Amino acid sequence: MAEISQDSGSKKKHGKKRSKKVSTRIDLTPMVDLGFLLITFFMLATSLIKPQTMEIVMPSDKNVTEDNQTVAKASQAVTLILGKNDKVFYYFGKTEGAEIIVTDYSTTGLRKMLLEKNFEIAKQVEDLKAEKAKTHMAEGVYQEKLSKLKAGKNAPVVRIMATDEANYKNLVDALDEMNICSISRYAIVDLDEPDKAVIKDKNI
Amino acid sequence: MPKVKVARKSTLVDMTAMCDVAFLLLTFFMLTSNFTKKEPVLVSTPASISEIKIPETNILTILVDKDGKVFFGIDGQDKRQQLIKQMSDTYKVNLTPAEIRSYSLLDLVGNRMEVMKAYLDLQAEIRDRPENNGGIPADSTDNQLRDWVKTAKGINPLLRIAIKADEKTPYPVIKKVMKTLQELEENRFNLITRLDAGPAKENSPIKTK
Repeated sequence: MAEISQDSGSKKKHGKKRSKKVSTRIDLTPMVDLGFLLITFFMLATSLIKPQTMEIVMPSDKNVTEDNQTVAKASQAVTLILGKNDKVFYYFGKTEGAEIIVTDYSTTGLRKMLLEKNFEIAKQVEDLKAEKAKTHMAEGVYQEKLSKLKAGKNAPVVRIMATDEANYKNLVDALDEMNICSISRYAIVDLDEPDKAVIKDKNI
Repeated sequence: MPKVKVARKSTLVDMTAMCDVAFLLLTFFMLTSNFTKKEPVLVSTPASISEIKIPETNILTILVDKDGKVFFGIDGQDKRQQLIKQMSDTYKVNLTPAEIRSYSLLDLVGNRMEVMKAYLDLQAEIRDRPENNGGIPADSTDNQLRDWVKTAKGINPLLRIAIKADEKTPYPVIKKVMKTLQELEENRFNLITRLDAGPAKENSPIKTK
């Protein structure tokens, strides 16, 4: 495809001396090659997809006094214990005498339980989402309404505890379920003594 | 009968247009690109439905690989220089200007301060080998991660903390890192995840019921 100047080898012995007419056309093929090479480099070296993040706020472990400690009602409390082999254990209310149920991180496991527990609010959030899609609600207004809904009176309070056999994926899955099920009141807490006893007892 | 002459067409194509397109695309990619961070270990993050994007600047990354090794890094070369200078003062490791410079070119570093000098003296090609990356200790007895975070926050208070960990990281390591951050009153941080597009996790839970 390269253009080669055509007048080479056309030497004529006679005739007038003319100034050679040089073609002004330049072969652009190498330049195109270079351009695409650089494009390839930039395409491979860039990260177009930005990673997602999940924002979590941990409770401060300092300055916790008796009066600013939130005490959850036993009827609203759910405790999740993340165990080994992608199993999760949960119970409602107080640790003593609670029935410990085993489940997993699937749609029909943990999520079903949490949704049942939080059905009212999850339903309202769903309605709000539909309304937002329909009426082009401003993002700020939506967020405000959402947080109001989530902080509703009967919202469950979830304590997430992890055993040492659990892995990071389990933790993120559990936090993700909180987001999916519109539960805003949850905390990652350490295993406390009664729960440790339960774990030992049940061999979780 | 007259011969049918096949018209001879030139096979030459005008490259100008193609060249224009190539350079237009090149310009686009050059302007929009932010280079992928070089990570010393391969980490596959867990998936979540969260769609919050991570900001590009003022990010403090704590990378945890599946064996529980902790890596640490901030963005901005000048900030990194300040950071390593202060850290080497704290730990009494005398780093040469060349070593400080070579630190500032690294995105994530996971080594105890005691071996930092030797690590920075290594050739760039062999730095990423696993035996050269021991991880930053974050235990209660020897918590260098705390000093890193504290120093970095002192240099740039706007830093947001992002934890990027492998799916298979055991929970005690994560707990250790989180505890360290909590001790520093850094109670708000981000967990880096990848977007889950699978049908198992969809946004409207009610409908799946």
